[in-house]
Amino acid sequence: MSAITRDEVAHLARLSRLALADTELDHYAAQLDVIIGAVARVAEVATDDIPPSSHALPLTNVYRPDEVRRCLTPEQALAAAPAVQDSRFRVPRILGEEA
Amino acid sequence: MTTTNTVMPYDEALARFEPVIGLETHVELGTASKMFCGCPTSFGAPPNTHVCPVCLALPGALPVANDKAIESTIRIGLALNCTIAEWCRFARKNYFYPDMPKNYQISQYDEPLCTNGYLDVEVDGRTVRIEIERVHLEEDTGKSTHMGGATGRIQGADYSIVDYNRAGIPLVEIVTKPVEGTDRLAPEVAKAYVTELRELMRSLGVSDVRMEEGSLRCDVNVSLMPRGTTAWGTRTETKNVNSLRSVERAVHGEIERQAAILAEGGRIIQETRHFHEDTGATTPGRSKEEAQDYRYFPEPDLLPIAPTPEWVEELRSELPEPPTVRRRRLQAEWGVSDLDMAAMHNADAFTLVEATVTAGVPAADARKWWMGELARRANESGTALADLPITPEQIARVVALVASGALNDKLARQVLEGVLAGEGSPDEVVEARGLRIVSDEGELSSIIDQVLTANADAADKVRSGKIAAVGALVGGVMKASRGKADAGRARELILERLGVSE
Repeated sequence: MSAITRDEVAHLARLSRLALADTELDHYAAQLDVIIGAVARVAEVATDDIPPSSHALPLTNVYRPDEVRRCLTPEQALAAAPAVQDSRFRVPRILGEEA
Repeated sequence: MTTTNTVMPYDEALARFEPVIGLETHVELGTASKMFCGCPTSFGAPPNTHVCPVCLALPGALPVANDKAIESTIRIGLALNCTIAEWCRFARKNYFYPDMPKNYQISQYDEPLCTNGYLDVEVDGRTVRIEIERVHLEEDTGKSTHMGGATGRIQGADYSIVDYNRAGIPLVEIVTKPVEGTDRLAPEVAKAYVTELRELMRSLGVSDVRMEEGSLRCDVNVSLMPRGTTAWGTRTETKNVNSLRSVERAVHGEIERQAAILAEGGRIIQETRHFHEDTGATTPGRSKEEAQDYRYFPEPDLLPIAPTPEWVEELRSELPEPPTVRRRRLQAEWGVSDLDMAAMHNADAFTLVEATVTAGVPAADARKWWMGELARRANESGTALADLPITPEQIARVVALVASGALNDKLARQVLEGVLAGEGSPDEVVEARGLRIVSDEGELSSIIDQVLTANADAADKVRSGKIAAVGALVGGVMKASRGKADAGRARELILERLGVSE
């Protein structure tokens, strides 16, 4: 049995706003299954005395002082925006028909 | 989409159902810079002027946590009697929505910085303990304006425009455990909790907690269960609750709405609802994504937070006096009744009175001006008391002028009016409006002469021994001087002039 279903891949694609064709769903479902299998093998090796790690560096508490630094100008900030209106980023309709 | 607006009257709803409430409060921290970059956090700047590569998520930009924000969150946790985590991480909350340019929000998930605390609030003379589930640190989102729709809401909009000035401002989320057993006081308990939380944030100095500017925001969860049962019902989450009064109204309204649905055999849908300030009603919002849909994972760009016990203890030892304790102490110092305390608390006047007392004004005078004339002015102009353009120091000056005899209460009110109208300091208003009490004997004498001539009958009565009639003459002097005469001195002079003694 595969570790991830085609429906789950379709759901993840929707959450990421990726339009995947049927053939692509099959393709990625198979690939993701292999990846999950590889991760599962690592999980088998990791026993209770091996804490899960999320960071490669043995560091904690790396902070910066609460000081204001120079910002971009609005022109710089908006330079790469696909669309601008009233000095704001203009984005397409957020909610589709489902709402 | 159909919306049923049936509601069951509150008393009936409470007779049949028991409410369980929960509150999620977001507090924008008053740090100088944002959570993960050096952009300023001040409110009201022109759009997209407080942005940089980090908060705009430009390629290659990396976040670094603001030490003051970490410290403030720990202080909030301590003030709420929480346990502070010895080690925890930030997490990515992934969602596709343009209010965050990264397509995720840096938050905390299963490892909040503070857990398991409580806050006691007083309602109706009874202390209710609100248990705190967690306090975590995250970043605020940008502000979207929805265009092209009839309502200005996201539904039906053609497109949206986004300002990222707010994106990345440190935001603390405080989540209560479900609160049971509040019964018909549920709306008041919810309001009292947010009020107390706001006081606490103020006393800690971590946020300006202005609900109208969104630096304190509240989501209200409500569910109902039929009386005699113990399993909680399905809850709804009401957002957009932007004032203390609205917190109360939102709980009240949601109880009435849910009761009507349940009584008809209907089912409550777990959903986000939007509160409307104008009507007090709620309407359905977007259906909530499941937690797993956010695909939380530890934030790889930020290292774990591991506050040392020494640092935490140092912060604990430096906490200010809790607001409840401070209120009780000041009540005793000021000699104020419970009723007057409650009135000040409800009018949001307490900290203002306190600041005015600190500025050197006797407590009774401070309370009199804030709860009287200034409360009336605030009411008239529909502003919050704290937003009146007058400082405790200015009030102290007015009170000092009254105490020295330079002003009477009537003139003092005019001075306050002038200060509120932006005419300058109390002394400048007194000068510009010519409001000083007329105690100059020469000027007062000439006014008295006019009044005695114009009121010969009353003058005769006083001469013949009917001293009570002097009141009308003093009144005449006050009127002629437009309230600026020293009434006591005028009375003495009139009696002297008429050859009468008391």
